[in-house]
Amino acid sequence: MKLVPQRLLVGAAVIALVAGACSSSSTSPSPSATASAAASSAASVAASATASPATSLKPVTVEWWHITTTDPGKAVFQGIADAYMAAHPNVKINITILENEAFKTKLATAMQSGQVPDLFQSWGGGTMQAQVDAGMLKDITSDVASWATKDTINEGALKIYQINGKQYGIPWDMGMIGVWYNKALFTKAGITAPPATWDDFLADVTKLKTAGITPLAIAGKDMWPSMHLWTYLTLRIGGGDALAQMVKSGNWNTPACTAAGDEVVKLNALNPYQDGFKAATYDMEAAAVGNAKAAMEVMGQWAPTVQAADSTTKKGIGTDLGWFPFPTVANGKGAATDGVGGGNGIAVGKNASPEAIDFLKFFNSQYNANKINSSNIGMSPIIGTEATVTDVNLQAVLAGRAKATFMQLYLDQATSPAMGTAINEATIALFDGASTPAKVCQAITDAAKAQ
Amino acid sequence: MSAVKAIPRAGSKFRTKWLTIVLFLLPAVFVFALFVLLPVVQAAHYSLYKWNGLQPLDNFVGLKNYQTAFDSSIFKTAISNNVLIIVLSLAIQIPFSLFLATLLNRRFRGRGIFRLIFFLPYVLSEAITGVVFSLMLQPGSLVDSGMKSAGLGGFIQDWLGDPNFVMITLFVIISWKYFGFHMILLLAGLKGIPRELEEAAMIDGAGRLQVFRYITLPLIGPTLRVSIFLSMIGSLQLFDMVWVMTAGGPLNASNTMAIAMFKSGFKNSQLGYGSAFAVILFLFGLALALAYQRFVLRRDIEGAVTAYNG
Repeated sequence: MKLVPQRLLVGAAVIALVAGACSSSSTSPSPSATASAAASSAASVAASATASPATSLKPVTVEWWHITTTDPGKAVFQGIADAYMAAHPNVKINITILENEAFKTKLATAMQSGQVPDLFQSWGGGTMQAQVDAGMLKDITSDVASWATKDTINEGALKIYQINGKQYGIPWDMGMIGVWYNKALFTKAGITAPPATWDDFLADVTKLKTAGITPLAIAGKDMWPSMHLWTYLTLRIGGGDALAQMVKSGNWNTPACTAAGDEVVKLNALNPYQDGFKAATYDMEAAAVGNAKAAMEVMGQWAPTVQAADSTTKKGIGTDLGWFPFPTVANGKGAATDGVGGGNGIAVGKNASPEAIDFLKFFNSQYNANKINSSNIGMSPIIGTEATVTDVNLQAVLAGRAKATFMQLYLDQATSPAMGTAINEATIALFDGASTPAKVCQAITDAAKAQ
Repeated sequence: MSAVKAIPRAGSKFRTKWLTIVLFLLPAVFVFALFVLLPVVQAAHYSLYKWNGLQPLDNFVGLKNYQTAFDSSIFKTAISNNVLIIVLSLAIQIPFSLFLATLLNRRFRGRGIFRLIFFLPYVLSEAITGVVFSLMLQPGSLVDSGMKSAGLGGFIQDWLGDPNFVMITLFVIISWKYFGFHMILLLAGLKGIPRELEEAAMIDGAGRLQVFRYITLPLIGPTLRVSIFLSMIGSLQLFDMVWVMTAGGPLNASNTMAIAMFKSGFKNSQLGYGSAFAVILFLFGLALALAYQRFVLRRDIEGAVTAYNG
């Protein structure tokens, strides 16, 4: 008879353990959408508890995920959210800040569980296409028709967040990739003006090498900075329509593609990259320029901020920083005003409330757009905000954007993630001297076929 | 004792014990099934589809993912990198750990300090180790300037940037991290060898090397075999340090199976393809573990009391 209570005790302990494990897993903070769901339900309960009894508006929570991990951007975004919440006491905006790569992984996991955040960072293009195809985004064409048209927002920027003519997100930053250079180092090498043609560029690279200065910084580990350089060469040589056709058809075995590769080979022969470029990350590339160790980098409109943040003085090269548009290539079919560019935007999740879209409208007001411009975290595509871009270099980028006759979205964004990786990996092999132009074009074509 | 056979006695006493055992095991088995077995089955299921993680699971492609994987050079590099690490660990890291363990087995002043220092790298997290080493191995950074001032400037390589050299660099860092662990394990094994055996052998005229080869080595056999087993399985799972330092690059030269799986699954949104990698890795590891248990560890578990003796 002694054994019976012993067995019962053991059985009860086991059941208690299992039951405790099961129930605690649903309320313990788990790194996935269940956390945000739990948080939002907790927050809305808190909001309703503290809402003034005079308002009969239902408390609403808006989940916003963005990737601006550093100040001033982080503070600016929080400020915009705070201002909106002050004006709308029934709305609570939950901001989740994630680092770029972590954001992509977390978003993918959240979407699989069906819990899409209301507002989140987006670059448009192929990834957005996949999200739309899976029904993860909300069609906001009619919701934003009153305030987001081509008369109020730069048309090219708006189009990036349209799929099949329907709007799924709103851009807040649109720029263009160009060449950022160190004016002081150029003078030291005896270069009086930035190069306008590719041959001038190669000549300048030689001059910098002779003066003992690293001409160009790229990032072998992250792969995409050099991919942008190669994209520009393809664009300049083949022209906008040819490039768009290559992206659309998936056939990259074109003369423009191989010719661009040949130009890269010419550049490689001059040995222009920084030491250890094969293992360098983008932050190391930005640090090289920010610390005046390299003279140039081919980069987008965020370059000055990142160079400063990654430099040892935290100030970058200050007034020595200059910008010039990517040089033209002799006998190229592309126009000098064609550009490779993109920016940042906010996509709207399928479950977003009208309050979320209203916050989006507030976010895109001229007042807030000017704040984004003046803190140099982006270049607003809202028409009428150009004047608040005060930085001289960013004004040059803005002028480039305004003049652009053709704008190609970054290739690793315009295509699907798998294609993006394939293009990145194929082109970095070219810069590393491990592949040939023809092989690169073939590799990208093969990857497109396998999609 | 009379000829009473030691068979499990039917009766309430035995059944009670069996039930208690099962009940105690239940939570652990439940967690194991939910978080280990179920995902393995799910991965095998996903690997038969072409799936980007967002669409519903409807594009059945059968074994095509496996075919593509076996044909791809990324897969071949990844498998050969894993095998390379296993071979190098067995050939260099384990003997080195054994050597240090035998050195630390004798009494001398400061022995405890040395044991602590050698074990410390194991305590660091893999991610921190990866970050620190990738900073130290940048061109012109700590390792390069150290070598230059020691006059070894001619041996400087592009540690993490040269596709041909990167695996060697990674192996050195992995060894640095784990040799302390294996050393402690083998030290514990050495402690189990009675001193009298070695002394008796020496009295009989055996040299130090002969004592090691005929007495020490066979007697730490079980521990050594466990150490080798852990090293092999760890090498197959290699992910975090390589990811932090090179992300599988440059040019996919330092891919391991786990990294290739992660990249296809999460970076390229090809979850079916990534699952195929995962299943291949699982089967490879399982085959290796089972073969090792059957042929090498068998003598360690033979004669163990596994049958119920009343």
